Amino acid sequence: MTKSHPGAADGSDIRLSCRNIWKVYGKNPERYFSKDEDVADPATLVRRIRDDGAIPAAADVSFDLRVGEIFVIMGLSGSGKSTVVRCLSRLVEPTHGRITLNGDDLLAKSAKEMIKIRRHKIGMVFQNFGLMPHLSVYDNVAFPLSLQGESKADIRAQVDNVIDLVGLRGREKSYPHQLSGGQQQRVGIARSLAVDPDLWLLDEPFSALDPLIRRQMQDEFLRIQNDLQKSIVFITHDFLEALRVADRMMIMRGGQVVQTGTPAELITNPVNDYVAEFTNDVPLARVLTAAEVADAKGQRDDGLKRVAAETPVETLLPMLAEHPDGLIAESDGAPLGLVTAQSVIAALARHSGQSADTIGQAGT
Amino acid sequence: MKLGQEGARQHWAWIALIGLTLAVLGARDSLDALMVFPDAWVLPMTDWFNAGMDVVVAQTGSFFRGVSAAMSVPMGWIRGLLQWMPWALTISLLALASFAVSGWKLALFTALATFYMVLIGYWPESMNSLSLVVMSVPMAVVIGFFIGTAAYYSARADHIVSPTMDVLQTIPVFAYLLPILLLFGFGPVVGLIASILYAVPPMVRNTTLGLRRVDPEVIEAGMMAGASPSQMFWRVRVPSALQQILLGINQTMMAAFSMVIIASIIGGTADIGWEVLSTMRKAEFGESILAGIVIALMAMVMDRMTARVATAQTPGDAPEGLWARYRYWIIAVGMTLAILLLSRTFPFLQRYPEAWEVYPAQMLNNWLTFVLVEYADTIKSIKTLSLFYIMLPVKMGLEQTVSPFSWGFALTPSLKMGYAGLALALAGWLWFCGRINVALLVAGLAILFYFGLTRLPWPSVMGVLILLAWQAGGMRLALGAGLGMAFLLLVGVWPQAMLSLYLCGIAVVLSFMLGTVLGILASENETFSAVLRPINDTLQTMPPFVLLIPFVMIFKLGDFTALLAIISYAIVPAIRYAEHGLRNISPEVIEAAKASGATRWQILWRVRLPLAAPQLMLGLNQTIMYGIAMLVIAALVGTNGLGQRVYIGLSNGDFGTGMIAGIGMAIIAMIADRMTQAYSRKVQPAAR
Repeated sequence: MTKSHPGAADGSDIRLSCRNIWKVYGKNPERYFSKDEDVADPATLVRRIRDDGAIPAAADVSFDLRVGEIFVIMGLSGSGKSTVVRCLSRLVEPTHGRITLNGDDLLAKSAKEMIKIRRHKIGMVFQNFGLMPHLSVYDNVAFPLSLQGESKADIRAQVDNVIDLVGLRGREKSYPHQLSGGQQQRVGIARSLAVDPDLWLLDEPFSALDPLIRRQMQDEFLRIQNDLQKSIVFITHDFLEALRVADRMMIMRGGQVVQTGTPAELITNPVNDYVAEFTNDVPLARVLTAAEVADAKGQRDDGLKRVAAETPVETLLPMLAEHPDGLIAESDGAPLGLVTAQSVIAALARHSGQSADTIGQAGT
Repeated sequence: MKLGQEGARQHWAWIALIGLTLAVLGARDSLDALMVFPDAWVLPMTDWFNAGMDVVVAQTGSFFRGVSAAMSVPMGWIRGLLQWMPWALTISLLALASFAVSGWKLALFTALATFYMVLIGYWPESMNSLSLVVMSVPMAVVIGFFIGTAAYYSARADHIVSPTMDVLQTIPVFAYLLPILLLFGFGPVVGLIASILYAVPPMVRNTTLGLRRVDPEVIEAGMMAGASPSQMFWRVRVPSALQQILLGINQTMMAAFSMVIIASIIGGTADIGWEVLSTMRKAEFGESILAGIVIALMAMVMDRMTARVATAQTPGDAPEGLWARYRYWIIAVGMTLAILLLSRTFPFLQRYPEAWEVYPAQMLNNWLTFVLVEYADTIKSIKTLSLFYIMLPVKMGLEQTVSPFSWGFALTPSLKMGYAGLALALAGWLWFCGRINVALLVAGLAILFYFGLTRLPWPSVMGVLILLAWQAGGMRLALGAGLGMAFLLLVGVWPQAMLSLYLCGIAVVLSFMLGTVLGILASENETFSAVLRPINDTLQTMPPFVLLIPFVMIFKLGDFTALLAIISYAIVPAIRYAEHGLRNISPEVIEAAKASGATRWQILWRVRLPLAAPQLMLGLNQTIMYGIAMLVIAALVGTNGLGQRVYIGLSNGDFGTGMIAGIGMAIIAMIADRMTQAYSRKVQPAAR
């Protein structure tokens, strides 16, 4: 499931870079770190901090966010994902580490500069929407713009724009308490996009919604992203949601990063039982792609129908029914291998078998 | 294991205390110093206070008198304005405001209520009271808002503000007036300053609470929108906390009004409170009822209007256009012009003609006399029964109360033996059954009823309260209670404190029991709850002063009247908290109990009451606070005790006497408050 995103992977297209971020809660937490040195052995330090009765909410978290990419941070409650996303905008002050936005050192900014950056560069969506109860939908969306003292006409143009984008036309005069949860989150999304930010942070944006609405909002979110191509950090505790929206994802546990990679990498190659347990429930047919089930050594008959490498198995199955001889998986015109019913079954068996093994191991 | 040991230790402490008390009482003729705190040990604190105050007044008097003069200027303007305004205009504007915040019903109520003041001819007095409120509320709101904000932002400020507000609210209202009177001199400004001081604490509390309760995500959203610190405060925190702040304004207004009424006892203000007080003193009950109704109506109108603003939901759609946004202002201006013009042609719109007034005071007096004569026997027997069988035994003990005249028989030695034997047998049996706490309670009550609270040795009373404080909140609370009582002894107001304790104690016990029963009924029965609610609302919004009127009318002056007045005021929180606590139990728990086959009675006793225990304790706490507050006001109808001393100090301008009694009441209130709160925390885990 490698979605295409613009730019190459050479550092110039890095929107946000996060290096060895630590956030420790406790009495004067700076004592664990020296200013310019990186922590040599994070695992040992985490143990030391815990022994002292302090809490390492985020421990040695590093990742890069590329331009136009959706990067998902996934973890259960208490894993530190919310802390990390708040460190990115300095709602929470990191204890140690480096963060750069467009190559600019964020942690060196003064409070005033930070206000400016939040006004123009970063937008954020909250789990429980964080809407101002005393403002109408329009005024909520216009809130960040009105804080900057822009002219009424400019504000109106921008607000109208994002209100159309999230489909709230006609509800501008309503107040938050008159809207359903899904509608409220549309307001939250519109507000975060009103200033056209470079970096878009979403903190469990759909977790407070009903499953059906959640699904619908995920689709909307992907549609909006298709239009805007923002650089996104998306927080969730729902592994399936992560799979749906992520270009790349990072799994966290106890403040530490467990694994970073594309969804397919995580599923096909979990680093440990913890990651594997999440992947157990995953419908493999939806995650595995033609590239992963193709038999590279298979006979390549050029007469067969060709399919894109990232086509999910879910889509392949009905096609296989029509083409019993098999399909050719290709990437940029180059054939990767032969997909047959046989190879699909083998791949599925391989992956679910692996899951079954890890369960067995976990039990012992 | 540790708990068991602790329990046993406490039991022995109680037994030792009971034993020592009985020993002292047995030899009381030779142990005077333990029965009555010797005068020689009393510190001349009153003189010190007076001397200190003299110095303060001498040093700062001119400053305060300057402030007083400065404040009396705008005060005079507002008074003048309200007096000058045609009554028709004032009523119309108030009705319009009611319509704007609520609708037709409240507008009609406001119009009728204010017209009543015109009709019976109390308009000038009402406007004088109103002008004090109009002046003090905005000042209290602004001061309270800033103090509350400071307490929100700075933990250090909170450490100072929070206990200060506690003290300001526990000091009896009369005690406020004394120093203000001495510093600022006579006149309406005293009422103004007192009501500002008294009305600030609710504003402070609600501001801090409101700011603390703002959803953290809303704050984060504000930060992410790039709000600067001042934008953060004025455009995010304050609007989000607005509902709580408006509630604070409502409470501030009610407190200010209540103080304005009480402050009229110093006289010279020609306001409605003075009208009630002076007529009541002359036993002109018809007149005092008519004036009392004015106070009640004013309180209700103020409360409804501000409470409506606080609880109003944001409107359906944001209004648009000049007319929609400013229509009420436009109408108000139009109305003003129209009525001012009309009143030139029709002077009765300006001054209501005396000939049109209706003043049925004489009729009420006749009717009252008729009722009092007709039911004289019933009234008298109610009064004597409760005096002889409840109040006097607690106050002076059966030993003093039982006589052929009161109970119909004398307390012979054999009867005494029987009483002691019965009490001992009951306590022993309970002890044997393992209900040791109940056994100790029975023994204690038997002693209390026999000897009476005011005739118990002072070390025993101290011991009981210190032990209770120790059980509830540990060493620190016990120490605090001990020091507080030592103060009462050393300044020589112990006997008055015991009189206050006796009256307040009976009132609180009765209010709490009755209130809890009513609360239970209200929690089970919607109709009953719906009937009870407006009555509670009315009792609570009323300045407590007004509650005295009906009881004084029927039962005349004295302890019994005070008791009833205190109960009528203190019962409200008991009902409210009981109903609230019982209603807020998770329905799943009740269903689980039903599924286990519990009867209704079992559900009440074994599930609902235990789960509501923390709320009940909070209700008890509030009942005590209300009881003490009312006790001071009841001093107006001739009770003995600390409340009366405050009142005497006030009327004689004797700062020391009044202040010491006031501090004494505050000490009793604070000990009671801390103890019930500690108990409330103790029962909390059981409810989880």
